[in-house]
Amino acid sequence: MNIVTMAEFAAKGESPEILFWVGCAGSFDDRYKRVTRAFASILNSLDVKFAVLGTEETCTGDPARRAGNEFLFQMQAMNNIQVLNGYGIKKIVTACPHCFNTLKNEYPELGGNYEVIHHSTFLQQLIDSGRLKFEGGAYKGKKITYHDSCFLGRANDVYEAPRALLIALDADLIEMKRSRKTGLCCGAGGGQMFKEPENGKKDINVERTEEALETGASTIAVGCPFCMTMMSDGVKNKEREQDVKVKDIAELIAEAKGLS
Amino acid sequence: MISQIAFVLVLAAAIYFIQKRFGRIRKNINLGKNRDFKDQVDKRLNNVLLVAFGQKKMFKRLIPAVLHLMIYVGFLVINLEVLEFMIDGFAGTHRIFAPFLGGFYTILMNVFEFLAIAVLVSCVFFLLRRNITKVPRFFNAEMKGWPRLDGNLILFTEIILMIAILTMNATDQLLQPISDHYPTTGELFFSSLLMPLFAGLNESTLIVIERFAWWFHIVGILGFTIYITYSKHLHIILAFPNTYFAKVEPKGHVNNMPVVTNEVKSMLGLVSAESSAPPTEPGRFGAKDINDLTWNNLLAAYTCTECGRCTSECPANITGKKLSPRKIMMDTRDRLEDVGNSLEKGGPGLNDGKSLLGDYITKEEINACTNCNACVEACPVLINPLEIITELRRYVAMEESGSPASWNSMYQNIETNFAPWKFSPSDRFNWAEEKK
Repeated sequence: MNIVTMAEFAAKGESPEILFWVGCAGSFDDRYKRVTRAFASILNSLDVKFAVLGTEETCTGDPARRAGNEFLFQMQAMNNIQVLNGYGIKKIVTACPHCFNTLKNEYPELGGNYEVIHHSTFLQQLIDSGRLKFEGGAYKGKKITYHDSCFLGRANDVYEAPRALLIALDADLIEMKRSRKTGLCCGAGGGQMFKEPENGKKDINVERTEEALETGASTIAVGCPFCMTMMSDGVKNKEREQDVKVKDIAELIAEAKGLS
Repeated sequence: MISQIAFVLVLAAAIYFIQKRFGRIRKNINLGKNRDFKDQVDKRLNNVLLVAFGQKKMFKRLIPAVLHLMIYVGFLVINLEVLEFMIDGFAGTHRIFAPFLGGFYTILMNVFEFLAIAVLVSCVFFLLRRNITKVPRFFNAEMKGWPRLDGNLILFTEIILMIAILTMNATDQLLQPISDHYPTTGELFFSSLLMPLFAGLNESTLIVIERFAWWFHIVGILGFTIYITYSKHLHIILAFPNTYFAKVEPKGHVNNMPVVTNEVKSMLGLVSAESSAPPTEPGRFGAKDINDLTWNNLLAAYTCTECGRCTSECPANITGKKLSPRKIMMDTRDRLEDVGNSLEKGGPGLNDGKSLLGDYITKEEINACTNCNACVEACPVLINPLEIITELRRYVAMEESGSPASWNSMYQNIETNFAPWKFSPSDRFNWAEEKK
């Protein structure tokens, strides 16, 4: 895949339209690397001039901050801000709502001011501006439900962009009984991704997966790497991985465009 | 004359106790750390208007919203009548506004009576919801004992206060044709339906009943005001300031710790000479006790009316974990009251060997939070239990190094590999080379 790093842009004295912030899950998690490639292939197919930081990118510090380790968070943030400001970055797009939230809401207080956009919003902008088009409804009549990521939805009020993409794909969007502002968490936020759940009657991701399965949808669309893991595990737990797929919205678009 | 003296004494006693309690609550809230709220005044005022006055967030659940609206409007409007009660009480007059306002007085009293009926009916429905249909959120673990009794006492008190008003107006109307002391009010529809109950009683008996109802209502209101300072019902006052001081940033934003920023900057050599002056005593990182929280968190604890909408939306609670956002607020308030009561008696206050974290809220509870903001979104008065949970986690992580072991591994991975998982940082860009 032809991916240009920020260092290469800088060496040529050029600057990209956007910086694609890949995130740790997008870089290391096998499942989410497929989302990273899907999104990058969409950008490439539309000749969007984008850069990545490559090995210069590091964790935003989100999980450390939410678990309580403010020192570690701020160390990460300061280092990242030095890199981002060093390159004069103005606009960042990321496929991770946790990175999105931290870069957008928490870096400004520490000296990092950027326009930060979630990839669902960016893709919607590409559709609105006519750059991204679909012919024939690849998903016509296909039942898809969308699971709201807390860090995208309640945390930042992004509810409509991911849904607009599914509607643009001609999918039959079915809402779960808890959605948008009352959407149920997948169970991974606030550092839970990195520990076993506390004792209880049930795992949160199983509860949420049951709601998703109740809709009868054959695809559960997500926009977050942690939700991806939790919902996929939930579907496996319910032994439905044969007929129900968990997919990121960028993957659905890449498939519709024949890019995967 | 005797009744005027009695009125002044009762009022003076009530004011003494009310200001004493509010003074204590104020001192308790001021145990919290200072924080500036001069920013985004427009947004804050907007919250007060829409969320507190306008009840906007109540309407996420229609049935309780309508019932609550009746009581809320009743509370605001019927209390106008207290003005007349006060003047009559001081001056020894009776319904002093009636002759002046004439027909308008009749309309006003009928509106009050309609609202009294609306409040009464709503309170009966709320009692049924609490005790007969058993809405689940009123039956969580933290709702045993006093909190449940408190809820029922408030509803019961409001019902009898409304019955007192209607009784007063019914006997008053019977007295108007036979006693000069009772100016005419015009027909008061709802209380006139009660008149048959008192028909046939002689004048002096009617006066006794009317006076009793009048005194019962005014003493009841004063007594209730003292009661609510010990009760979850304080939201009727504190909801207004609480919505003003509520978080105005996006919900995903976590409050920064400038103390840490200074230290990190000096560690990274980013500090200029003038700002690297020796820092003042940094205090504690995060919160172990109530005095480590900012005062607005403590105001929020007093504002909580234990409706439990937060807990009923909490993914951890729904799936049987110990965490309940409502309990976080109730525990914070309980700790505040315990410390305040101790200080009131000259006791050790905060130094009683206990702390909010450990003795009231356990690590198991705060460790179960997913930071999903469902509780914050659910609260009708913009209380933010997540801010308290984050501060407690900060104390555990930075002062005790007591985070769960797997979080400590996650920290270590970030420190050494710059990712929360154990991958080599040099592999970060491999995704671009790999085939699926």
